[in-house]
Amino acid sequence: MPDDVIVLGVGMTAWGKWGRPFVDYGVAAAREALDDAGVDWADVDLIVGGETVRNGYAGYVAGSTVAAALGFNGAQVATVYGACASGAMAIGHGRAQIMAGLADVVLVVGADTTPKGFLAPNAGERPDDPDWLRFRLLGATNPAYFGLYARRRMHLYGATESDFAKVKVKNARHGVDNPRARYRKEVAEEEVLASPVVASPLHLLDICATSDGAAAVVLCSTGYAARRGAADGTGTGPAAGHGRPAVRIAAVSTVTPAYPDTGLGLPDIATDSTAVVAPPPRSFRDSIAHTAYEQAGIGPEDVDVAEVYDLSTALELDWYENLGLCPTGDAEDLIRRGATALSGDGPTVNPSGGLACFGEAVPAQAVAQVCELVWQLRGEATGRQHEGARVGISANQGLFGHGSSVIVVR
Amino acid sequence: MPVTKPAVPAVAGWFTTDDEPVLLGSRCDTCGVVSFPPRRSGCPNPRCRGTELSTHALARTGRVWSFTDAQYQPPPPYLSPSDPYRPFVLAAVELDADGLVVLGQMVAGCTAENVAVGQPVELVVEPLLETDDTVQLVWRWRPQARRAEHA
Repeated sequence: MPDDVIVLGVGMTAWGKWGRPFVDYGVAAAREALDDAGVDWADVDLIVGGETVRNGYAGYVAGSTVAAALGFNGAQVATVYGACASGAMAIGHGRAQIMAGLADVVLVVGADTTPKGFLAPNAGERPDDPDWLRFRLLGATNPAYFGLYARRRMHLYGATESDFAKVKVKNARHGVDNPRARYRKEVAEEEVLASPVVASPLHLLDICATSDGAAAVVLCSTGYAARRGAADGTGTGPAAGHGRPAVRIAAVSTVTPAYPDTGLGLPDIATDSTAVVAPPPRSFRDSIAHTAYEQAGIGPEDVDVAEVYDLSTALELDWYENLGLCPTGDAEDLIRRGATALSGDGPTVNPSGGLACFGEAVPAQAVAQVCELVWQLRGEATGRQHEGARVGISANQGLFGHGSSVIVVR
Repeated sequence: MPVTKPAVPAVAGWFTTDDEPVLLGSRCDTCGVVSFPPRRSGCPNPRCRGTELSTHALARTGRVWSFTDAQYQPPPPYLSPSDPYRPFVLAAVELDADGLVVLGQMVAGCTAENVAVGQPVELVVEPLLETDDTVQLVWRWRPQARRAEHA
């Protein structure tokens, strides 16, 4: 099947705040993914980098920067940027090249070094830049938008600050045994509620940090995998030499919003108007997941594990509904009865610990989500394993109409 | 004697500064779709090929769709008007006409305890910051007490 793409290897640094050059992290993750795949860097015929915008020119050409650090090998190169969706876009590009028969083995890398505190626009007076304007005119930081969404949930569905805190408690527990997580200690609901308010109703412990880190995946065609004996041609065979199931990429969705977009996305100062044109049948976040499900030919009922962007605890509740894990307005019920915890009766959400335990390393994060899903599907997620996981989905939303969802299956 | 600095909008062409200020959006001459902030690149409706847009004054009243506050000072290019920093409230307001939600700070001095979802507000203009030569103005939302009684 020409449309199958195998995830042959994954690699990921621990997340933290060390301030080292982003390329150091990227190289470490890339080497781990190559080792995990059993592939020589010299045999990679396309490298795709997720761009980082806070590390100068080397960051703008991240694919080439990592390739040069590994030693140029003559591979094709691309670097993509799509805010929080950058990593998924990079995977999407590599996957498309394989599906088109233009590449056999692709290395995808995302890496970042982040500043302390709020993410902010680049310096300089740029009154034509909406991202600059929302800070200058309104002081509207990213957490401010998360606060607006959270308050809206409280108004519409009766969510409470305690519900939001329960998301942090769950994710903190998931991350305790994850060696790559930055924060690895349990957090009590009372600690969340006692932490300072940043953007009401959200407290400091409801909001994710920014982190340094890198993640990488090695993708290949089924033909390449078969030649290596890593798959039986359908993508479901055992990976030779590793004794583990082959994981396939079943969908990569990076859709833009449809007009009129009634969500107040970052960095928007206003929504689109619904006065003349009726809103589309699905919200932007709904459409991100819907497109992925359509591509994969599966539905929410098939999902075992989900890695979703908990930029804030309240946003994770939104994602339950956007992914179709429950009807709109029922997310509070899921978190209250522990359904999305490892110990729960539903799909496990953020088994890695999520952004709550990692913090966000923008161009690496969507790749990191896929790494965790692959470990879950292989049964290698020691201490945080959803037993028997066969289908995993990731989801995120970023600035300027970006969002992504990747589905992996075995 | 202190010289009075001229007061100018912090961003040109987005709002008026008279007694009953309004936000200035754009309206597509072809399909009638309204947008804010005003657009430079033609109609945003993908099914419309209109490139000619006219200035459109948006409804200056609405109801709070959601709100939050900024307990920590935002980073530049935000410039705090006070030292030490004083938190402010941000409100996303669903306008009474035009079918859209517009973000803005609540008037200076407002705290989150004094705001509720659904609360009626109206547009005002307040100083944002002072430069060497000008006072820069920005739109803000002010609770509209009288309408609340009839709500």
